[in-house]
Amino acid sequence: MAASFGVSSAAAANAVKSPALSPPSLPVIRSEARPISCRVNKSRKAGKITTKAVAAQAENPASAASKPGHEVLLFEALREGLEEEMERDPRVCIFGEDVGHYGGSYKVSKGLADKYGDLRVLDTPIAENSFTGMAVGAAMTGLRPVVEGMNMGFLLLAFNQISDNCGMLHYTSGGQFTIPTVIRGPGGVGRQLGAEHSQRLESYFQSIPGIQMVACSTPYNAKGLMKAAIRSENPVVLFEHVLLYNLKERIPDEEYVVSLEEAEMVRPGEHVTILTYSRMRYHVMQAAKTLVNKGYDPEVIDIRSLKPFDLYTIGNSIKKTHKVLIVEECMRTGGIGASLTAAINENFNDYLDAPIVCLSSQDVPTPYAGTLEEWTVVQPGQIVTAVEQLCR
Amino acid sequence: MACSATAKIIHNPLVLSSSRSAEKYESCCKISGPSSLLGSKFLGKKLLSAKSAISLASRRSGAVVAVSSDVVKEKKVKSGSSAASNLLITKEEGLVLYEDMYLGRAFEDMCAQMYYRGKMFGFVHLYNGQEAVSTGFIKLLKQEDCVVSTYRDHVHSLSKGVPARQVMSELFGKTTGCCRGQGGSMHMFSKEHNVLGGFAFIGEGIPVATGAAFTSKYKREVLKEDCDEVTLAFFGDGTCNNGQFFECLNMAALWKLPIVFVVENNLWAIGMSHLRSTSDPQIWKKGPAFGMPGVHVDGMDVLKVREVAQEAIGRARRGEGPTLVECETYRFRGHSLADPDELRDPAEKARYATRDPITALKKYLFENNLANEAELKAVDKKIDEIIEDSVEFADASPVPARNQLLENVFADPRGFGIGPDGKYRCEDPKFTEGTAQV
Repeated sequence: MAASFGVSSAAAANAVKSPALSPPSLPVIRSEARPISCRVNKSRKAGKITTKAVAAQAENPASAASKPGHEVLLFEALREGLEEEMERDPRVCIFGEDVGHYGGSYKVSKGLADKYGDLRVLDTPIAENSFTGMAVGAAMTGLRPVVEGMNMGFLLLAFNQISDNCGMLHYTSGGQFTIPTVIRGPGGVGRQLGAEHSQRLESYFQSIPGIQMVACSTPYNAKGLMKAAIRSENPVVLFEHVLLYNLKERIPDEEYVVSLEEAEMVRPGEHVTILTYSRMRYHVMQAAKTLVNKGYDPEVIDIRSLKPFDLYTIGNSIKKTHKVLIVEECMRTGGIGASLTAAINENFNDYLDAPIVCLSSQDVPTPYAGTLEEWTVVQPGQIVTAVEQLCR
Repeated sequence: MACSATAKIIHNPLVLSSSRSAEKYESCCKISGPSSLLGSKFLGKKLLSAKSAISLASRRSGAVVAVSSDVVKEKKVKSGSSAASNLLITKEEGLVLYEDMYLGRAFEDMCAQMYYRGKMFGFVHLYNGQEAVSTGFIKLLKQEDCVVSTYRDHVHSLSKGVPARQVMSELFGKTTGCCRGQGGSMHMFSKEHNVLGGFAFIGEGIPVATGAAFTSKYKREVLKEDCDEVTLAFFGDGTCNNGQFFECLNMAALWKLPIVFVVENNLWAIGMSHLRSTSDPQIWKKGPAFGMPGVHVDGMDVLKVREVAQEAIGRARRGEGPTLVECETYRFRGHSLADPDELRDPAEKARYATRDPITALKKYLFENNLANEAELKAVDKKIDEIIEDSVEFADASPVPARNQLLENVFADPRGFGIGPDGKYRCEDPKFTEGTAQV
């Protein structure tokens, strides 16, 4: 189903900043690629980035992952994260359709039901609203459920529970109850899956007060975000992408988490800041190759945290380049790009030399026909054109 | 599909004579004269869609009762012409029940007063008339058991043990309220007393209750803790047409969750009569369709409710699974304080007024020499003082300050720092740590 992206996105590994929630013994890979054990150094430096985009991580001698690590596909990385958290905390459980015996429709929970039993990896009937509500009730009374939407689009049926209960109950109860759930699932435009299986729900969920949203894009950050989301006390929605499940990368053997609120510097540059997330990161990197050949030096940031935006990293980048291009798969109207544009305009207007350009998907229900589907999302050619225009 | 639990037949003391089918067990429930269906029949005549209502009501004749579905093996109770042929409660229990019901009634009456005096606002839904259900069920629970309710949740919270002061403050919107003034009438939560809300959308709380019951089962089977906590989900007749209700009945029965679904069937969903909106108005029947016992009980009689509750809660504690209990009850006031309550037939209201649960319990206590006038008056006085005190406390409490606005949005607010000027704290390199300072 998915195209296999053979090149490892190793730059991601090099650019990780200190995770916020790491327990003392967790090794931390910092942007300077110095290993820091024990107490995490909280001061964040702008960071000398050791390598450019395509260098393999193994070539970095100072990296804490001095052992080679192991290669995984993205869905396996998610599973590793899930399994490690379930091992670590017996209160972590999974609710979803076909997560147990079937192993998950994208095999993210394969083998977990055999290991942890049918109650910890719960195969639910097809009742999204109710089992999401069940996860809220379980979270309020002490468990830490991970809810899987077989496809993110199905979570529209659970919107009532996600919005009213997941998002709001901590506030409405005056802080008495926390809802430490993780709601995850594959979304985004796949390969001719039709309109309803190709939805981007980031835009619908982003306004819900009380929900935190992250989007993973590489095996490394997928595992780290999954672990961080499970450990977080907030309700977190983790957006995965259908086409990225077979991405392969070498990830560290040691345990690690990444910060939920931080963006990832994919490729540092000087000319233009390109903000992206999820699958569009790869279209951007493809366009970046072309742009580099043409003499441009784009700075690519995978924003990762859709709510809240990491305006610190983004701000620093804008102060350097003064031009912003947002590339996203979300809808044009009211999408993440629209919110990000507003946030940047509000906070960094003085630093901008040009209006922000936002490339998003067309406002259409994703068509089935391959050619039409291709034109619905942003393609690398469009990104190159946009950068050329911006940097004129 | 037989379950090993038993349920009792409860006899309705107001049962009419004639075809008394108390000893027979059939799947269909026959509802007698004084019950709601006849009342609705009269109303039905006034409404255009009367036909179905009338035909439905006229199909029912004769007496009875609370019947349980044929899924449950029945055990017959000593038949007597009155409900309490042997004493069902002790004096202490009787006083506890009376006190709790009177607390609920007095509190709600005070709410109405305060509302019209402009001390509380918004949508306030009062529980007058339904006290027997709350008291009958919740007084059998331990502190660790959970209760989930709807917007008509003041009395459920009080019965569960939330102090009247905290509930009244919450209604006034003060910081000393159980939810710091952030919830309001429809969102009563208490972690200490395990009241899991308070939900404004009907049906929204049922999955939450199912989840709490799931935690109980999880603790027992996965975490190997000694846990027999039970969850009660209270909701109304209108909710029983909602998808979440059915989805949760399915899941609870499937996994044998320790939960009791308590339907407070007061026949009205704001202005929509239960008969006009439901194809089969006998809600208890929907239990066996999912593999759990369905029981119908007279919700105006606290002793009957208590008996059924004991059985249902006992079933859940023993791990035998959920029960659906339909309590036939009535609310004496309108849907909310904003409801003019013009649609309901005054004759129906009058009929139910004669079945006031507090009066009925009083009568029972006197007749069986469990308490005398003076003792009950003392209870009344004590409760009245508690209510007065709660109002004074709420009045004197401070309103929330500005800095409370952005607290508690996130349990873990790192990264969501909003600065004093309302903007993102993005200039602060440490914004991803610590709690949001506003």
